[in-house]
Amino acid sequence: MKHHRVLRIAAKLLIPFIMLFGLYVQFHGDFGPGGGFQAGVIFAAAIILYALIFGLENARKVAPTRIVTMLISAGVLLFAGVGVVPMFLGANYLDYSPLGATQQSGQHIGILLVEFGVGITVAATMIAIFFQFAGRGRDE
Amino acid sequence: MELVADIVSWALLGAGSVFIVIGGIGLLRMPDFFTRLHPAGITDTMGAGLILLGLIVQAGFSLVSLKLLLIMAFLFITSPTTTHTTARAALAAGLKPLLAPEADRKDG
Repeated sequence: MKHHRVLRIAAKLLIPFIMLFGLYVQFHGDFGPGGGFQAGVIFAAAIILYALIFGLENARKVAPTRIVTMLISAGVLLFAGVGVVPMFLGANYLDYSPLGATQQSGQHIGILLVEFGVGITVAATMIAIFFQFAGRGRDE
Repeated sequence: MELVADIVSWALLGAGSVFIVIGGIGLLRMPDFFTRLHPAGITDTMGAGLILLGLIVQAGFSLVSLKLLLIMAFLFITSPTTTHTTARAALAAGLKPLLAPEADRKDG
């Protein structure tokens, strides 16, 4: 894909905005349409676009498999960890109310963190699946 | 002022619709793949662009119009790129334009 100048330039222009939109969908998900899953997929799409245009090897440098694998479990850990914290504060598992000053702000903080965990896991999983499929028959 | 904005936005919306209709007719009437890409490109850039411009005039100076402007900017980058990529992919797959010299054309 080295010679496709138009594609390369368009991708270079768009990838930062795709990532920014992914973050917008992630952190605006509690006020508008969006949420962790969608944001994760959009963010992973930016990396996948990069891999399609600039080659799998370069994309693997951007998102090393070791870090991607760690992020998959880190997102789940964040989700479960946020769920456990209220248990120490005297509430049920995944009951976010004691996280904030009021019940409403507590729920808000809890949802935001849990969705962030979902986003990390989904993005990392999508990238890992793509790398697995794209790298089939190439290495190993 | 309201009236002027209405007239301008309706003119833009109408012009955009005309371009989309032209694009649709062209898509059906053009003889081969590469010429069909041309009206398809018109629908994306001129048609959608003019309609979005009309909506911007209708929305006035606000966050909505900024968002519409961003959509327009991204459409103007992405849709010519996809048209270009489709044409290149067809060429790479061995499809030759209808009007190419007879010697260059592949059978079938």
